[in-house]
Amino acid sequence: MESTVIKTVDYNAYFGDNRVVKDVNISIPKNHVIAVMGPSGCGKTTFLRGINRMHELIPHAKADGKIFLHNEDVMQMHPIFVRLKIGMVFQRPNPFPNLSIYDNVIAGYKLNGIKLQRADKDKIVEEALTKVALWNEVKDSLRKKGTFLSGGQQQRLCIARAVAMLPEVLLFDEPTSALDPISTSTVEELFHELKKNYTLIIVTHNMQQAARVSDRTAFFYMGELVEYDDIKKMFTNPKDNRTQNYITGRFS
Amino acid sequence: MTQIETELQRLKKEVINMWALVHSQLVKAKTAMLNFDKDLAREVVLKERRVNGYELKIDCDCEDIFALLSPVAVDLRFVLAVLKINTNLERIGDIAEGIAKYILSIDEPFQQELLSTTHIVEMYEASVNILEDTLSAFENEDTILARSIFKKDEFLDEINLRSHKLIEAYLKNHPEDLDHALYALSIIRKLERVGDQSKNIAEEIIFYIEAKVLKHKSHH
Repeated sequence: MESTVIKTVDYNAYFGDNRVVKDVNISIPKNHVIAVMGPSGCGKTTFLRGINRMHELIPHAKADGKIFLHNEDVMQMHPIFVRLKIGMVFQRPNPFPNLSIYDNVIAGYKLNGIKLQRADKDKIVEEALTKVALWNEVKDSLRKKGTFLSGGQQQRLCIARAVAMLPEVLLFDEPTSALDPISTSTVEELFHELKKNYTLIIVTHNMQQAARVSDRTAFFYMGELVEYDDIKKMFTNPKDNRTQNYITGRFS
Repeated sequence: MTQIETELQRLKKEVINMWALVHSQLVKAKTAMLNFDKDLAREVVLKERRVNGYELKIDCDCEDIFALLSPVAVDLRFVLAVLKINTNLERIGDIAEGIAKYILSIDEPFQQELLSTTHIVEMYEASVNILEDTLSAFENEDTILARSIFKKDEFLDEINLRSHKLIEAYLKNHPEDLDHALYALSIIRKLERVGDQSKNIAEEIIFYIEAKVLKHKSHH
């Protein structure tokens, strides 16, 4: 039986008085890829940022309801600890421009003041870069700046930086929207590899990407979680008309 | 209207046109049989090429829609259903052609007694009706009508099952009419296949509208 990693109960997120995520109840199983889709402004990114408590960093933003990481209430945990366990990768590759590839990978440790032996650092860097299929491409240029890499490589470096902290869950906010089709396909291949060790939640505007990479898909509309089901069901026979209208492009 | 909607509408129109042609082929073959009209039978044989042309065109259109428009959900089911309906309609076209060829092979019209004993005319009318019902169910997305086809197909099955005995009885009284009796039996077998093809089409209509798979299931 598959175990649940993330579970939300009546989760709401607000900007000021505006409720943008409404009573979301969802269970996310371990080692699955979950795609979150919906039209612009449906609350999908806010929901994603709520999972590792980044939503509350925005002024006047607040959230209520519950989010569980396994059985622990994320709302009661220290936000830094939450973000160690639930990493995030953003739309545009954002390696630290002044840091080398090597230092970018272990940036999470440095920023959190965690001191490591050289040998441990080397091991973490190699493992993380191997997991994102970047090791062979950069092993001879680890001291070069991260920004020296191509867009697709930079995005994989950012994934390596998240992976290096040994998270359980990785959140992706439109991770390939700034990439060309070849880099996109490399990153998509990577998702299949990453899900062996992590649980992935991906916000995507690209429906075909959701179809290609995810096991389950959540469809958001006007802040509500309208439908959450097996990807094959969603794309062959969605239950809700709003989902059908969205995926068939008949959305008004 | 989105591009995919426009394309699907066009595909639907194309299938309806093919349906109309196949229907007219079947009806003309019947008229040719009843009136012993060899010219009409010849026309049916010639026009079979147009049915085949439709089949190829619709196959191609479906392929393009898959390749270029990535249909999903009800759109995906619609294109999948059209692909199969297309094959079934083409086979009904073959059946009409087959019947027309029988008419071209015989030298005299069927005896009235043979036609009435075998219920071949009733069966023919029922087959044409079933084909009309499937078209109407497809055009109007009417799954109730589509479901009624399973029952109507049983009527064709019954006549087909009884036909062996009926022909045998007829031949006892008219041993000289063996040739025609065998043709009549072949036509009955073909009309029974029209029912089967229509049943397949009805299943596809229900699949695409309701997402229910009825194939290989009892319809009772």
